[in-house]
Amino acid sequence: MSDTQGVTAEEKHCEAARRMPAPDNEAIIEMVDVNKWFGQFHVLKDINLAVNRKERIVVCGPSGSGKSTLIRCVNRLEEHQAGRIVVDGVELTNDIKKIEQIRREVGMVFQHFNLFPHLSVLENLTLGPIWVKKQPKADAEATAMRYLERVKIPEQANKYPGQLSGGQQQRVAIARSLCMNPKVMLFDEPTSALDPEMIKEVLDVMIELAETGMTMVVVTHEMGFARTVADRVIFMDGGEVIEQNHPEEFFHNPESERTKAFLSQILKH
Amino acid sequence: MTDPTTGMSNPEPQAARKPPASSVGVLGWLRGNLFNGWFNSLLTILALYLLWQVVPPLFNWLFFDAIWANVPAEVCRENREGACWAFIRERYRLILFGTYPFDQQWRPLVGVLMLLAVIGFSCFRRFWRPWLGLVWLGALAIYLTLLGGGVFGLTPVRSDLWGGLPLTLLLAVVGIVVAFPLSLLLALGRRAENMPIVKAICVGYIELIRGVPLISLLFMASFMLPLFMPTGVTIDALIRAQVAIIVFVSSYLSEVIRGGLQALPRGQYEGAQAMGLTYWQMQRKIILPQAIKISIPPIVNTYLGMFKDTSLVAIVSLTDLLLATRQSFADPEWRQFFVEGYVFIACIYWSFCFFMSKYSQHLERALSTGHKT
Ligand SMILES: Nc1ncnc2c1ncn2[C@@H]1O[C@H](COP(=O)(O)OP(=O)(O)OP(=O)(O)O)[C@@H](O)[C@H]1O
Ligand SMILES: [Mg+2]
Repeated sequence: MSDTQGVTAEEKHCEAARRMPAPDNEAIIEMVDVNKWFGQFHVLKDINLAVNRKERIVVCGPSGSGKSTLIRCVNRLEEHQAGRIVVDGVELTNDIKKIEQIRREVGMVFQHFNLFPHLSVLENLTLGPIWVKKQPKADAEATAMRYLERVKIPEQANKYPGQLSGGQQQRVAIARSLCMNPKVMLFDEPTSALDPEMIKEVLDVMIELAETGMTMVVVTHEMGFARTVADRVIFMDGGEVIEQNHPEEFFHNPESERTKAFLSQILKH
Repeated sequence: MTDPTTGMSNPEPQAARKPPASSVGVLGWLRGNLFNGWFNSLLTILALYLLWQVVPPLFNWLFFDAIWANVPAEVCRENREGACWAFIRERYRLILFGTYPFDQQWRPLVGVLMLLAVIGFSCFRRFWRPWLGLVWLGALAIYLTLLGGGVFGLTPVRSDLWGGLPLTLLLAVVGIVVAFPLSLLLALGRRAENMPIVKAICVGYIELIRGVPLISLLFMASFMLPLFMPTGVTIDALIRAQVAIIVFVSSYLSEVIRGGLQALPRGQYEGAQAMGLTYWQMQRKIILPQAIKISIPPIVNTYLGMFKDTSLVAIVSLTDLLLATRQSFADPEWRQFFVEGYVFIACIYWSFCFFMSKYSQHLERALSTGHKT
């Protein structure tokens, strides 16, 4: 199914070189027959999905279809009850050490940012590197400033999250994940809590990130973003993966009726 | 904006004008707050009348007609209008230090001053470093050594002779310092859904202790604990009372902190977990700092109550500040001046409580970091 290997010709980025030398077509996230229930409610049904290194995937689908649950299973914010999830060669089990190991490699950006309001922006960014990766404070701060520059708000380093706009907060949240030097970045509707004029500044940062060759799984309704960035679009409905395809194919020749209905809904306006 | 005279759009921005005189200044304030409407005016006048009835006589009794000089009790008895502060001047050492040997009272005095200095020092956030814990341990060790003696040529003083303010402060400060971490653990334990046994123990502890009056805990600690001890092993009455206070306060405090924990959005946990923090790192760096911060007002509330409740140790015959004061009335000479004694220690209790309250307000402001996300 992972025939849509990302074309990342412009590999100007240094991080790619620093990562583990693994063959490009190897899957970094592998979900096999994953099932999950909330009580009696079957949220994820037989999910089979592989995400390759450097691949950019957009997940879309109607509200309640299980998109958030799907990506939250990848870093064990939700527990799956059946099937296998392997991230970067480590299978997710109840072993807390393995869970923490995977979380170190997987960055996540949330709809509501989830910044730590009692810490300054810089402290938000250095917390993980210092405590999880045991980096010296000075190094962590230097890295943090580099990423703040990359998301274009270095001047906000000493402010508190509550003093920033939504778009700035989300960019800080992205920088916070990047500071952990993750191998995969998960985004759960990163722009849907933002005012329209702030959506672009966040999407721009995400597009730049995609250009550096980061592996990304993005739940979003921003179809423009999906068109420009995604290597593959996945459509979910009722807890199932209904369809996955190249963006052009996906948008112009959707196979399933449900996809067509969804697209006509979302592209109407 | 539209010009009211021409009805046309006015391109010039309006200059800011002064508000009407009736809404600013002393008069404006009086009118707006005390005399807006006949009902409020009536209430204001009534309140002023009551104040006039109460405040001048009170001040006369407290200050203007009071006897401040160091005079014998007969002189005080003749002055019916005012307070007899001569009584305090006569008996303050008994009130402040209780039954502590008279010629050794410099020791608790030095101890209390040192403890106050350490407390003052700890109020500055820049000293909130791990070594502050060592400073506290050292301070408590010195305090106990000063009071107990037996080393460095200090005469030994048995703990049942300790009394007054040094005893009250010891019970309160150790209670505050020890109950705090204990209550954090209890609060976290009560929320540990995936550790049912830990959770059950915490819930049981909290609900059991909270449902019992402190007095009965003190009694149980004093009279029942020795029954369970092997014969020959005795625990100091002071320690038993201290344990009862810590146990009692920590159960209340843990519920206060649990309230703070529950007020945190789930996203804070998820943000912390997603970056790979361990449970304890997450609690220490993300969850507890925020939960404690929003719980400051009820925490201080609990502490104020506990500070005053230390006076209950009198029932297990520890001579705290209140009991020492009552003992100072024992002399028939001065017996009738007990009100002065109570006013005096009320001022002491109040000063400590007022300080705690003010400091907590300062802390709330200092820790505030703008809007919540
Ligand atoms: N903790 C939970 N307990 C019970 N049900 C849940 C829980 N979380 C989600 N659900 C349910 O599971 C279903 C899928 O939720 P999920 O959040 O994954 O949907 P989604 O596709 O992300 O939707 P949206 O676009 O609204 O974010 C929904 O019907 C939701 O009500
Ligand atoms: Mg969702």
